[in-house]
Amino acid sequence: MSALELIGVTKVYGRGAGEVQALREVTLAVEPGELVAVMGPSGSGKSTLLTIAGTLESASSGDVLIGGMPVSKLSRNQQAAMRRRAIGYVFQDFNLLAGLTAAENVALPLELDGVSTRTARKAALEVLDRLSLSARAEHFPDDLSGGERQRVAIARAVVGERRLLLADEPSGALDSVNGEAVMRLVRSTCQGGVAGVVVTHDAQLASWADRVVFLRDGRMVDQTAPPAGPESLLQADAAR
Amino acid sequence: MSVRHAVLALLSEGPKYGLRLRHEFEERTGEVWPINVGQIYTTLQRLERDGMVESGLEDDGPQKTYRLTAEGAAELNRWLHTPPDLGSPPRDELVIKVLVAMHVPGVDIGEVIQTHRRRVVELMQEWTRVKRDASEDDISLVLVVDAELFRLDSVVRWLDAADSRLRRVTSPPTPRTNPAPAKRKAAAL
Repeated sequence: MSALELIGVTKVYGRGAGEVQALREVTLAVEPGELVAVMGPSGSGKSTLLTIAGTLESASSGDVLIGGMPVSKLSRNQQAAMRRRAIGYVFQDFNLLAGLTAAENVALPLELDGVSTRTARKAALEVLDRLSLSARAEHFPDDLSGGERQRVAIARAVVGERRLLLADEPSGALDSVNGEAVMRLVRSTCQGGVAGVVVTHDAQLASWADRVVFLRDGRMVDQTAPPAGPESLLQADAAR
Repeated sequence: MSVRHAVLALLSEGPKYGLRLRHEFEERTGEVWPINVGQIYTTLQRLERDGMVESGLEDDGPQKTYRLTAEGAAELNRWLHTPPDLGSPPRDELVIKVLVAMHVPGVDIGEVIQTHRRRVVELMQEWTRVKRDASEDDISLVLVVDAELFRLDSVVRWLDAADSRLRRVTSPPTPRTNPAPAKRKAAAL
């Protein structure tokens, strides 16, 4: 079963002359363990796709299934519970709460979901440790570097039993080496069985994905072929 | 890639024989640029002719070893500090294809651009997999792969910019802000 499935999803904003079709008939399935990158110019519908996949907005028409469950069949409360438990978000500007330490930021989604403070903290420390951030657990966001802040944001997005990781330009304004570190983390998270969708206009970041889909004017116009393996690349190069 | 200067650089560490030079060349370039031993020996002969290296037989074996001369060391230093020729634009096949496609009737330029964009991103995925599988201390390989990724990235960016510019040119102008020349003329009369 796909972790995320969009079937013929269309999103329209506004009405009449001011109507904007942000997404047109988008069909996309992401399997557990798969990382998909969505590329396209500004205004192509990338971010809309992500907010609809994350149930932050609803589609004008078409179906969104998460773990096989049609989102439209869920009540608002059930959708909210699914967002807290199953879906992790990473935003461009990190969105960490300045008044909470790194560990508290990471524990927050679990606590909001009713997990005890102690259990949530334990889970948060485990994730921070996995991302080599143990030493920074008690620091506030302002005391962390940009790269560390983004790693904390990723830790918050993957803590608990998340099945879907959604990231909008996750390397933000980080330099290329730190941006790469973020993508390595996203990748290793997906290898643990989480389905990932990364929206970006940066081809270097997108190239960490198993599959890259291209959006243009709200339509999915193309996608990359499955990997041929690095051997072919080196041989082609040697033959040049 | 200048094999000549790579050989000089390897000899700056001390005398070496041909097979070892070949092995070290491949190792230091992340094994991305294979080279045959014939190329190494031809290069060594030319360098010797030009007085940049000198050869001799080692006491303990039949292998001919090569060492750097003072002239060779000076040439290596000069080369390291000379910028590569980035001034003259290369004849880029992709640029030519897009320029030509603009004028071929019935060709969707957006589709041509997307076909190339997809292929370049697929290549980048392949290089990224090489980097992902590389061990962390194989810095030569990581640097070579980075160079290729930055080069391909610039191709994607150029395609994105071309796409955006062409769409602006071909999208119909809005009458109020940009009246057609005939209308403007009529309005002036």
